[in-house]
Amino acid sequence: MTVKDAPGAPGGYTEFHPRWYRRPMPVFWWVRRRSYLAFVARELSSVFVAWFVVFLLLLIRAVGQGDAAYQRFLDWAANPFVIAVNVIALGFVVFHAITWFNLAPQAMVVRMRGERVPPRMIAGGNYLAWVVASAIVIWIVLA
Amino acid sequence: MADGATDTNTGTSTDTITMRVTRYRPEDGELEPTTQDYEIPLRNDWAVLDGLNHIKDHIDATLSYRWSCRMGICGSCGMLINGEPKLTCEAFLTDYAPGPVRVEPLANFPVIRDLVVEIGSFMRKLPQVKPWIIEDEPPGDGEHRQTPAQVAEYQQYSMCINCMLCYSACPIVGLDEHFLGPAAIALAQRYNLDSRDHGVLDRLEVLSTDDGIWGCTFVGECTTACPKGVDPAGAIQRYKLSAATESLKAFVLPKSRRARTANRETPNGGTS
Repeated sequence: MTVKDAPGAPGGYTEFHPRWYRRPMPVFWWVRRRSYLAFVARELSSVFVAWFVVFLLLLIRAVGQGDAAYQRFLDWAANPFVIAVNVIALGFVVFHAITWFNLAPQAMVVRMRGERVPPRMIAGGNYLAWVVASAIVIWIVLA
Repeated sequence: MADGATDTNTGTSTDTITMRVTRYRPEDGELEPTTQDYEIPLRNDWAVLDGLNHIKDHIDATLSYRWSCRMGICGSCGMLINGEPKLTCEAFLTDYAPGPVRVEPLANFPVIRDLVVEIGSFMRKLPQVKPWIIEDEPPGDGEHRQTPAQVAEYQQYSMCINCMLCYSACPIVGLDEHFLGPAAIALAQRYNLDSRDHGVLDRLEVLSTDDGIWGCTFVGECTTACPKGVDPAGAIQRYKLSAATESLKAFVLPKSRRARTANRETPNGGTS
Protein backbone atom coordinates (compact mmCIF):
# COMPACT_ATOMS: atom_id res chain seq x y z
CA MET A 1 0.00 0.00 0.00
CA THR A 2 1.42 3.34 -0.99
CA VAL A 3 0.92 6.53 0.91
CA LYS A 4 -1.31 7.86 -1.82
CA ASP A 5 -4.01 5.18 -1.70
CA ALA A 6 -3.90 4.58 2.05
CA PRO A 7 -7.23 4.27 3.92
CA GLY A 8 -9.14 7.39 4.87
CA ALA A 9 -7.74 9.66 2.20
CA PRO A 10 -9.72 9.80 -1.02
CA GLY A 11 -7.26 12.21 -2.55
CA GLY A 12 -4.17 10.93 -0.75
CA TYR A 13 -2.27 12.72 1.96
CA THR A 14 -1.90 16.46 1.89
CA GLU A 15 -0.57 18.66 4.62
CA PHE A 16 -4.06 19.93 5.42
CA HIS A 17 -5.97 16.71 4.91
CA PRO A 18 -4.06 14.07 6.80
CA ARG A 19 -4.58 10.39 6.14
CA TRP A 20 -6.69 8.80 8.85
CA TYR A 21 -5.91 5.45 10.37
CA ARG A 22 -9.00 3.25 10.80
CA ARG A 23 -8.55 0.44 13.27
CA PRO A 24 -10.34 -2.69 12.07
CA MET A 25 -12.64 -4.37 14.60
CA PRO A 26 -11.04 -7.76 15.38
CA VAL A 27 -13.22 -10.85 14.84
CA PHE A 28 -12.65 -11.85 18.47
CA TRP A 29 -13.42 -8.41 19.92
CA TRP A 30 -15.73 -10.07 22.43
CA VAL A 31 -13.03 -12.10 24.18
CA ARG A 32 -10.92 -9.07 25.01
CA ARG A 33 -13.08 -7.84 27.85
CA ARG A 34 -15.03 -9.66 30.58
CA SER A 35 -18.11 -7.52 30.10
CA TYR A 36 -18.14 -8.16 26.35
CA LEU A 37 -17.80 -11.92 26.97
CA ALA A 38 -20.68 -11.82 29.46
CA PHE A 39 -22.74 -9.95 26.88
CA VAL A 40 -22.07 -12.50 24.12
CA ALA A 41 -22.85 -15.34 26.57
CA ARG A 42 -26.16 -13.63 27.35
CA GLU A 43 -26.99 -13.39 23.65
CA LEU A 44 -25.98 -17.03 23.15
CA SER A 45 -28.21 -18.11 26.04
CA SER A 46 -31.23 -17.32 23.84
CA VAL A 47 -30.42 -20.47 21.85
CA PHE A 48 -30.84 -22.54 25.02
CA VAL A 49 -34.06 -20.74 25.92
CA ALA A 50 -35.32 -21.76 22.46
CA TRP A 51 -34.12 -25.35 23.11
CA PHE A 52 -36.27 -25.57 26.26
CA VAL A 53 -39.27 -24.37 24.26
CA VAL A 54 -38.65 -27.14 21.69
CA PHE A 55 -38.18 -29.69 24.51
CA LEU A 56 -41.48 -28.64 26.09
CA LEU A 57 -43.31 -28.85 22.74
CA LEU A 58 -41.90 -32.36 22.18
CA LEU A 59 -43.13 -33.34 25.66
CA ILE A 60 -46.62 -31.98 24.95
CA ARG A 61 -46.75 -33.83 21.62
CA ALA A 62 -45.68 -37.09 23.30
CA VAL A 63 -48.33 -36.68 26.01
CA GLY A 64 -50.95 -36.04 23.30
CA GLN A 65 -49.98 -39.21 21.45
CA GLY A 66 -50.67 -41.49 24.41
CA ASP A 67 -48.84 -43.58 27.03
CA ALA A 68 -46.45 -45.41 24.71
CA ALA A 69 -45.22 -42.20 23.07
CA TYR A 70 -44.86 -40.56 26.51
CA GLN A 71 -42.80 -43.50 27.75
CA ARG A 72 -40.60 -43.28 24.61
CA PHE A 73 -40.11 -39.54 25.30
CA LEU A 74 -39.12 -40.24 28.93
CA ASP A 75 -36.60 -42.89 27.80
CA TRP A 76 -35.15 -40.46 25.26
CA ALA A 77 -34.96 -37.68 27.87
CA ALA A 78 -33.11 -40.04 30.26
CA ASN A 79 -30.37 -40.57 27.68
CA PRO A 80 -27.08 -39.16 29.11
CA PHE A 81 -26.54 -36.94 26.08
CA VAL A 82 -29.96 -35.27 26.43
CA ILE A 83 -29.41 -34.88 30.19
CA ALA A 84 -26.02 -33.23 29.52
CA VAL A 85 -27.59 -30.84 27.00
CA ASN A 86 -30.35 -29.98 29.46
CA VAL A 87 -27.91 -29.35 32.32
CA ILE A 88 -25.86 -26.98 30.13
CA ALA A 89 -29.09 -25.36 28.90
CA LEU A 90 -30.29 -24.90 32.49
CA GLY A 91 -27.05 -23.09 33.36
CA PHE A 92 -27.46 -20.71 30.43
CA VAL A 93 -31.16 -20.12 31.13
CA VAL A 94 -30.45 -19.29 34.79
CA PHE A 95 -27.69 -16.91 33.63
CA HIS A 96 -30.15 -15.41 31.14
CA ALA A 97 -32.83 -14.96 33.79
CA ILE A 98 -30.51 -13.42 36.39
CA THR A 99 -28.89 -10.95 33.98
CA TRP A 100 -32.33 -10.09 32.59
CA PHE A 101 -33.77 -9.36 36.05
CA ASN A 102 -30.71 -7.31 36.99
CA LEU A 103 -31.09 -5.21 33.83
CA ALA A 104 -34.84 -4.74 34.18
CA PRO A 105 -34.65 -1.67 36.50
CA GLN A 106 -32.56 0.16 33.88
CA ALA A 107 -35.32 -0.17 31.29
CA MET A 108 -38.37 0.19 33.52
CA VAL A 109 -39.36 3.35 35.30
CA VAL A 110 -42.32 2.61 37.53
CA ARG A 111 -44.14 5.26 39.50
CA MET A 112 -46.38 4.82 42.50
CA ARG A 113 -48.21 7.88 43.85
CA GLY A 114 -45.89 10.15 41.86
CA GLU A 115 -42.73 8.68 43.42
CA ARG A 116 -40.24 6.72 41.36
CA VAL A 117 -40.00 3.13 42.60
CA PRO A 118 -36.34 2.45 43.55
CA PRO A 119 -34.45 0.15 41.10
CA ARG A 120 -33.88 -2.48 43.81
CA MET A 121 -37.61 -2.86 44.28
CA ILE A 122 -38.12 -3.43 40.54
CA ALA A 123 -35.41 -6.10 40.41
CA GLY A 124 -36.79 -7.58 43.67
CA GLY A 125 -40.28 -7.68 42.18
CA ASN A 126 -38.98 -9.58 39.18
CA TYR A 127 -37.19 -12.12 41.40
CA LEU A 128 -40.30 -12.48 43.54
CA ALA A 129 -42.42 -13.17 40.44
CA TRP A 130 -39.81 -15.77 39.39
CA VAL A 131 -39.97 -17.54 42.76
CA VAL A 132 -43.79 -17.50 42.79
CA ALA A 133 -43.98 -18.85 39.21
CA SER A 134 -41.44 -21.59 40.04
CA ALA A 135 -43.38 -22.51 43.22
CA ILE A 136 -46.61 -22.83 41.22
CA VAL A 137 -44.88 -25.06 38.64
CA ILE A 138 -43.39 -27.26 41.41
CA TRP A 139 -46.80 -27.49 43.10
CA ILE A 140 -48.46 -28.54 39.83
CA VAL A 141 -45.76 -31.13 39.09
CA LEU A 142 -45.79 -32.64 42.60
CA ALA A 143 -49.53 -32.44 43.25
CA MET B 1 4.21 18.39 48.22
CA ALA B 2 2.88 15.97 50.81
CA ASP B 3 5.06 13.01 49.91
CA GLY B 4 8.80 13.70 49.80
CA ALA B 5 9.58 10.46 47.98
CA THR B 6 7.69 11.60 44.92
CA ASP B 7 9.07 15.13 44.87
CA THR B 8 11.31 15.71 41.88
CA ASN B 9 13.07 18.50 43.75
CA THR B 10 14.32 16.46 46.73
CA GLY B 11 16.95 14.63 44.70
CA THR B 12 16.27 11.46 46.73
CA SER B 13 14.64 8.30 45.40
CA THR B 14 12.30 9.78 42.81
CA ASP B 15 9.55 7.50 41.59
CA THR B 16 8.92 7.35 37.89
CA ILE B 17 6.35 5.65 35.71
CA THR B 18 6.47 4.65 32.06
CA MET B 19 3.78 5.93 29.74
CA ARG B 20 3.36 3.78 26.64
CA VAL B 21 1.82 6.23 24.19
CA THR B 22 0.40 5.47 20.75
CA ARG B 23 2.04 7.51 18.01
CA TYR B 24 0.77 7.91 14.47
CA ARG B 25 2.50 10.35 12.13
CA PRO B 26 0.98 10.12 8.66
CA GLU B 27 2.93 13.20 7.56
CA ASP B 28 6.11 11.11 7.97
CA GLY B 29 4.64 8.40 5.76
CA GLU B 30 3.60 6.11 8.65
CA LEU B 31 0.81 3.76 7.60
CA GLU B 32 0.09 2.35 11.05
CA PRO B 33 0.36 3.57 14.63
CA THR B 34 3.34 2.60 16.75
CA THR B 35 3.97 2.98 20.46
CA GLN B 36 6.57 5.07 22.19
CA ASP B 37 7.61 4.82 25.85
CA TYR B 38 8.20 7.91 27.96
CA GLU B 39 9.53 7.83 31.50
CA ILE B 40 7.93 10.55 33.58
CA PRO B 41 7.92 11.45 37.29
CA LEU B 42 5.18 9.70 39.27
CA ARG B 43 3.48 12.27 41.43
CA ASN B 44 0.43 11.79 43.63
CA ASP B 45 -1.37 14.76 42.18
CA TRP B 46 -0.78 13.93 38.53
CA ALA B 47 -3.44 12.56 36.25
CA VAL B 48 -2.57 10.88 32.95
CA LEU B 49 -3.21 14.23 31.27
CA ASP B 50 -0.56 15.88 33.47
CA GLY B 51 1.80 13.13 32.35
CA LEU B 52 1.03 13.91 28.69
CA ASN B 53 1.56 17.62 29.35
CA HIS B 54 4.90 16.81 31.00
CA ILE B 55 5.94 14.83 27.91
CA LYS B 56 4.82 17.63 25.60
CA ASP B 57 6.61 20.33 27.63
CA HIS B 58 9.83 18.54 28.60
CA ILE B 59 10.42 15.39 26.55
CA ASP B 60 8.78 15.36 23.13
CA ALA B 61 6.98 18.41 21.75
CA THR B 62 5.78 16.49 18.67
CA LEU B 63 3.14 14.52 20.65
CA SER B 64 -0.44 15.46 19.66
CA TYR B 65 -3.51 15.10 21.89
CA ARG B 66 -6.64 17.06 22.76
CA TRP B 67 -7.35 18.62 26.10
CA SER B 68 -8.80 21.78 27.55
CA CYS B 69 -10.29 22.19 31.02
CA ARG B 70 -8.37 19.62 33.15
CA MET B 71 -11.44 19.26 35.39
CA GLY B 72 -13.73 16.74 33.73
CA ILE B 73 -16.23 19.07 32.13
CA CYS B 74 -15.01 19.95 28.61
CA GLY B 75 -15.03 16.35 27.41
CA SER B 76 -12.06 16.70 25.06
CA CYS B 77 -9.36 14.58 26.74
CA GLY B 78 -10.99 11.16 26.40
CA MET B 79 -8.53 8.36 25.52
CA LEU B 80 -8.06 4.66 26.16
CA ILE B 81 -6.03 4.11 29.30
CA ASN B 82 -4.94 0.48 29.60
CA GLY B 83 -7.68 -0.26 27.09
CA GLU B 84 -10.47 1.45 29.05
CA PRO B 85 -12.10 4.64 27.74
CA LYS B 86 -11.47 7.36 30.32
CA LEU B 87 -11.08 11.10 30.67
CA THR B 88 -7.31 11.46 31.09
CA CYS B 89 -7.81 14.38 33.48
CA GLU B 90 -9.69 12.08 35.87
CA ALA B 91 -7.37 9.06 35.72
CA PHE B 92 -4.60 9.36 38.29
CA LEU B 93 -1.19 7.94 37.46
CA THR B 94 -0.77 6.43 40.95
CA ASP B 95 -3.75 4.16 40.25
CA TYR B 96 -1.75 2.63 37.39
CA ALA B 97 1.57 2.25 39.23
CA PRO B 98 3.97 0.59 38.71
CA GLY B 99 3.00 0.86 35.06
CA PRO B 100 3.56 1.02 32.19
CA VAL B 101 0.39 2.99 31.49
CA ARG B 102 -0.89 2.42 27.98
CA VAL B 103 -2.42 5.53 26.42
CA GLU B 104 -4.21 5.05 23.10
CA PRO B 105 -6.64 7.14 21.05
CA LEU B 106 -10.36 6.47 21.55
CA ALA B 107 -11.55 3.29 19.82
CA ASN B 108 -14.18 3.32 17.05
CA PHE B 109 -12.97 6.60 15.56
CA PRO B 110 -10.38 7.13 12.81
CA VAL B 111 -7.06 8.45 14.09
CA ILE B 112 -5.77 11.72 12.64
CA ARG B 113 -2.49 11.90 14.51
CA ASP B 114 -1.11 10.28 17.68
CA LEU B 115 -3.98 10.48 20.21
CA VAL B 116 -6.25 12.76 18.17
CA VAL B 117 -9.32 11.12 16.63
CA GLU B 118 -11.64 12.32 13.89
CA ILE B 119 -15.06 12.97 15.45
CA GLY B 120 -17.01 13.90 12.32
CA SER B 121 -19.22 10.80 12.52
CA PHE B 122 -20.39 11.79 16.00
CA MET B 123 -20.91 15.42 14.99
CA ARG B 124 -23.12 14.32 12.08
CA LYS B 125 -25.16 11.93 14.24
CA LEU B 126 -25.94 14.39 17.04
CA PRO B 127 -28.22 16.85 15.16
CA GLN B 128 -30.16 13.94 13.59
CA VAL B 129 -31.99 13.36 16.89
CA LYS B 130 -33.15 17.01 16.98
CA PRO B 131 -31.56 17.83 20.33
CA TRP B 132 -33.50 21.01 20.99
CA ILE B 133 -36.89 21.88 22.45
CA ILE B 134 -39.59 21.47 19.83
CA GLU B 135 -42.62 23.56 20.75
CA ASP B 136 -46.18 23.41 19.53
CA GLU B 137 -46.73 27.06 20.38
CA PRO B 138 -44.69 29.61 22.33
CA PRO B 139 -45.62 30.02 26.00
CA GLY B 140 -48.13 32.81 26.67
CA ASP B 141 -46.24 34.85 29.26
CA GLY B 142 -42.79 34.37 27.74
CA GLU B 143 -41.51 31.65 30.05
CA HIS B 144 -41.90 27.95 30.51
CA ARG B 145 -42.22 27.00 34.15
CA GLN B 146 -41.12 23.63 35.43
CA THR B 147 -41.49 22.00 38.80
CA PRO B 148 -38.38 20.47 40.43
CA ALA B 149 -39.89 17.05 39.70
CA GLN B 150 -40.15 17.89 36.00
CA VAL B 151 -36.52 19.05 35.94
CA ALA B 152 -35.39 15.92 37.80
CA GLU B 153 -37.03 13.84 35.10
CA TYR B 154 -34.48 14.75 32.42
CA GLN B 155 -31.59 16.31 34.37
CA GLN B 156 -29.49 13.13 34.46
CA TYR B 157 -29.55 12.93 30.64
CA SER B 158 -28.60 16.60 30.32
CA MET B 159 -25.26 15.98 32.08
CA CYS B 160 -23.63 14.62 28.89
CA ILE B 161 -20.42 16.46 27.95
CA ASN B 162 -20.02 14.85 24.49
CA CYS B 163 -16.73 13.21 25.47
CA MET B 164 -17.53 10.19 23.25
CA LEU B 165 -16.23 7.66 25.79
CA CYS B 166 -19.52 5.76 25.32
CA TYR B 167 -18.92 5.54 21.56
CA SER B 168 -15.49 4.15 22.25
CA ALA B 169 -16.89 1.58 24.70
CA CYS B 170 -19.76 0.42 22.48
CA PRO B 171 -18.99 -2.58 20.22
CA ILE B 172 -22.07 -1.82 18.10
CA VAL B 173 -20.59 1.57 17.16
CA GLY B 174 -17.44 -0.28 16.07
CA LEU B 175 -19.34 -2.91 14.07
CA ASP B 176 -21.96 -0.64 12.48
CA GLU B 177 -20.81 2.84 11.54
CA HIS B 178 -24.42 4.00 10.95
CA PHE B 179 -25.58 3.25 14.51
CA LEU B 180 -26.62 6.54 16.12
CA GLY B 181 -24.84 5.60 19.32
CA PRO B 182 -25.38 5.99 23.07
CA ALA B 183 -24.87 9.73 23.64
CA ALA B 184 -27.11 10.84 20.75
CA ILE B 185 -29.98 8.61 21.90
CA ALA B 186 -29.56 9.65 25.54
CA LEU B 187 -29.66 13.27 24.40
CA ALA B 188 -32.86 12.61 22.44
CA GLN B 189 -34.31 11.15 25.64
CA ARG B 190 -33.24 14.28 27.52
CA TYR B 191 -35.54 16.34 25.27
CA ASN B 192 -38.30 13.73 25.11
CA LEU B 193 -38.57 13.75 28.89
CA ASP B 194 -38.59 17.56 29.11
CA SER B 195 -42.08 18.83 29.92
CA ARG B 196 -41.56 21.83 27.58
CA ASP B 197 -40.89 19.64 24.57
CA HIS B 198 -43.40 18.29 22.03
CA GLY B 199 -41.00 16.54 19.66
CA VAL B 200 -41.44 12.92 20.77
CA LEU B 201 -43.05 11.80 17.52
CA ASP B 202 -40.58 13.77 15.36
CA ARG B 203 -37.69 11.99 17.09
CA LEU B 204 -39.40 8.61 17.06
CA GLU B 205 -39.04 8.49 13.26
CA VAL B 206 -35.27 8.84 13.56
CA LEU B 207 -34.82 6.77 16.69
CA SER B 208 -37.18 3.82 16.32
CA THR B 209 -35.07 2.37 13.50
CA ASP B 210 -32.38 -0.28 13.05
CA ASP B 211 -29.71 2.42 13.18
CA GLY B 212 -31.38 3.93 16.24
CA ILE B 213 -32.59 2.24 19.42
CA TRP B 214 -33.14 -1.17 17.81
CA GLY B 215 -29.47 -1.34 16.82
CA CYS B 216 -28.59 -1.41 20.52
CA THR B 217 -28.19 -4.88 22.01
CA PHE B 218 -27.76 -3.65 25.59
CA VAL B 219 -24.10 -4.44 26.13
CA GLY B 220 -24.24 -1.77 28.83
CA GLU B 221 -20.61 -0.63 28.50
CA CYS B 222 -21.64 2.94 27.57
CA THR B 223 -23.07 3.37 31.07
CA THR B 224 -19.92 1.91 32.64
CA ALA B 225 -17.71 4.28 30.65
CA CYS B 226 -19.77 7.45 31.20
CA PRO B 227 -17.91 9.89 33.47
CA LYS B 228 -21.07 11.87 34.19
CA GLY B 229 -23.52 9.16 35.28
CA VAL B 230 -25.79 9.73 32.31
CA ASP B 231 -26.65 6.00 31.90
CA PRO B 232 -27.13 5.98 28.11
CA ALA B 233 -27.88 2.22 28.16
CA GLY B 234 -30.79 2.83 30.53
CA ALA B 235 -32.03 5.71 28.36
CA ILE B 236 -32.04 3.49 25.27
CA GLN B 237 -33.88 0.61 26.98
CA ARG B 238 -36.48 3.02 28.40
CA TYR B 239 -36.86 4.40 24.90
CA LYS B 240 -37.35 0.90 23.46
CA LEU B 241 -40.11 0.28 25.97
CA SER B 242 -41.93 3.54 25.18
CA ALA B 243 -41.40 3.16 21.40
CA ALA B 244 -42.85 -0.36 21.53
CA THR B 245 -45.80 0.87 23.58
CA GLU B 246 -46.28 3.75 21.16
CA SER B 247 -46.34 1.54 18.06
CA LEU B 248 -48.70 -0.88 19.80
CA LYS B 249 -51.04 2.02 20.63
CA ALA B 250 -50.78 3.32 17.04
CA PHE B 251 -51.75 -0.16 15.84
CA VAL B 252 -54.73 -0.47 18.18
CA LEU B 253 -55.89 3.16 18.00
CA PRO B 254 -54.52 4.59 14.74
CA LYS B 255 -56.47 7.85 14.83
CA SER B 256 -55.60 9.32 18.22
CA ARG B 257 -51.85 9.41 17.65
CA ARG B 258 -51.40 13.16 17.85
CA ALA B 259 -53.49 13.47 21.00
CA ARG B 260 -51.19 11.12 22.88
CA THR B 261 -48.13 13.31 22.38
CA ALA B 262 -49.26 15.39 25.34
CA ASN B 263 -49.68 12.29 27.48
CA ARG B 264 -46.17 10.98 27.36
CA GLU B 265 -43.91 10.00 30.19
CA THR B 266 -43.75 12.94 32.60
CA PRO B 267 -44.22 12.99 36.35
CA ASN B 268 -47.64 14.61 36.11
CA GLY B 269 -48.61 12.68 33.03
CA GLY B 270 -48.82 15.84 30.93
CA THR B 271 -47.26 19.12 29.98
CA SER B 272 -46.78 22.16 32.16
